[in-house]
Amino acid sequence: MTTVPTVDAMTTASRTARHPSTLATLWRSTVGKKAVMAVSGLAMLLYLVAHMLGNLKVFFGPDDINGYAAWLRTIGQPFLGHEWFLWIARVGLLAAVVLHGVAAFQLSRRDLAARPSKYAHQRRRASYATRTMRWGGVILALFIVWHILDLTTLTVNPAAEHGRPYQNIVASFGNWYSCVIYIVAMLAVGLHVRHGFWSAAQTLGANNARRDRLLKLTANGLALLLTAGFLSVPVAVMTGVVK
Amino acid sequence: MNLTLRIWRQAGPDTPGSMTTYQVGGISPDMSFLEMLDTLNEELILRGDAPVAFDHDCREGICGACGMVINGRAHGPERTTTCQLHMRHFEDGDTIDVEPWRAAAFPVVKDLVVDRSAFDRIIGAGGYITAPTGSAPDAHATPVPKEAADTAFEHAECIGCGACVAACPNGSAMLFTSAKVVHLNVLPQGGPERASRVMNMVEAMDAEGFGGCTNTGECATACPKGIPLPSIAAMNREYLRSSLRGGR
Repeated sequence: MTTVPTVDAMTTASRTARHPSTLATLWRSTVGKKAVMAVSGLAMLLYLVAHMLGNLKVFFGPDDINGYAAWLRTIGQPFLGHEWFLWIARVGLLAAVVLHGVAAFQLSRRDLAARPSKYAHQRRRASYATRTMRWGGVILALFIVWHILDLTTLTVNPAAEHGRPYQNIVASFGNWYSCVIYIVAMLAVGLHVRHGFWSAAQTLGANNARRDRLLKLTANGLALLLTAGFLSVPVAVMTGVVK
Repeated sequence: MNLTLRIWRQAGPDTPGSMTTYQVGGISPDMSFLEMLDTLNEELILRGDAPVAFDHDCREGICGACGMVINGRAHGPERTTTCQLHMRHFEDGDTIDVEPWRAAAFPVVKDLVVDRSAFDRIIGAGGYITAPTGSAPDAHATPVPKEAADTAFEHAECIGCGACVAACPNGSAMLFTSAKVVHLNVLPQGGPERASRVMNMVEAMDAEGFGGCTNTGECATACPKGIPLPSIAAMNREYLRSSLRGGR
């Protein structure tokens, strides 16, 4: 009766004696850590959609987008003070970026350790978007730093006019390197979202055989929409549509 | 058929291995891949060389014992087990690379043989139903909805060959574990241990040093039994449901 010990282990495994908290259990397991990545990723994706739509206001002229930027600072008033909403959003986004990055780093290290020796016969695996998630993520993290220095703190912005994003955008995309950095980063966003959105649905258990195709189509649509929307601004500045 | 084989030779778990080239002739296109290796081994034995060690048992595609990476694909170019792969899928004069499953959790024992007992330990953590044994119960003692029966059967087809782990760039056992979890968790008989099963099996899977899932889909492409990729989503759903409810 070799099965008896395992059955005993199962029936007595109520784990009532010591029960780690739900969050600790999630963070310690690969499945749970992926769920953290999925939730933080979806939060950032939601922000990106809003950000992209807001950017399109640049096509309605300086007053429109500058007014929009000023309005963002008044959200929640008088319950919240001036710029409070913006700071709450920034703290939330920072938390999402940090959680996403730390989880990705820890999971990647684990994944690489789980496959220490390569096959002698190499062949192409998975799609480009899937294979570039890790380095694409690093590129995006570096871009976020550059982007904040360029258009939030205005440290590296050629115009650096506070409260006048239209002028800052036009000045920034007047530099070729600024355009190159932005375009590369937005292509990386598209690729990251293309795999990331579907992957998040899979990780959170929202996928099934019937929904798989729809989720992949949504991921592609979102990726395309975000990349096209974001890229329209530097392209408009470079072609002189926005000046 | 005459073939050039490049086979991973490794004398033992702690000795370094390498790809070694062999020529083999007189291969019939109707031979299975394992019969082709048997032919090579007979020649090697006659020459006084050590035969290539590989796992095999039923040779009819249902036991999951055989498994090797052929030209970079788990079980080779066809979606089947290595024993059911026939030489007609190769051309005369081909060079074929044969390697063992590669994963930290599947250490090489010898040549193409790897230790897959990590899978047994995952099963031991919850891949069964704790039920009184004895005489067989009446077939309809517990009604099972048709859809649940179909899902359970689809997942019960997993033979634990390890192709999913071998194909995964992260050496992840998510597809295997999800097949076992979903198989039992959709059935009424598996219901009482639904939460503890998924929590304990995922914990055991992580403890064995398998990687995580990055949703590359390589596992489901390699699976000879066609366990679908959404199974992993189903296991994730079970895991999150159990942990958010306090687990086990």
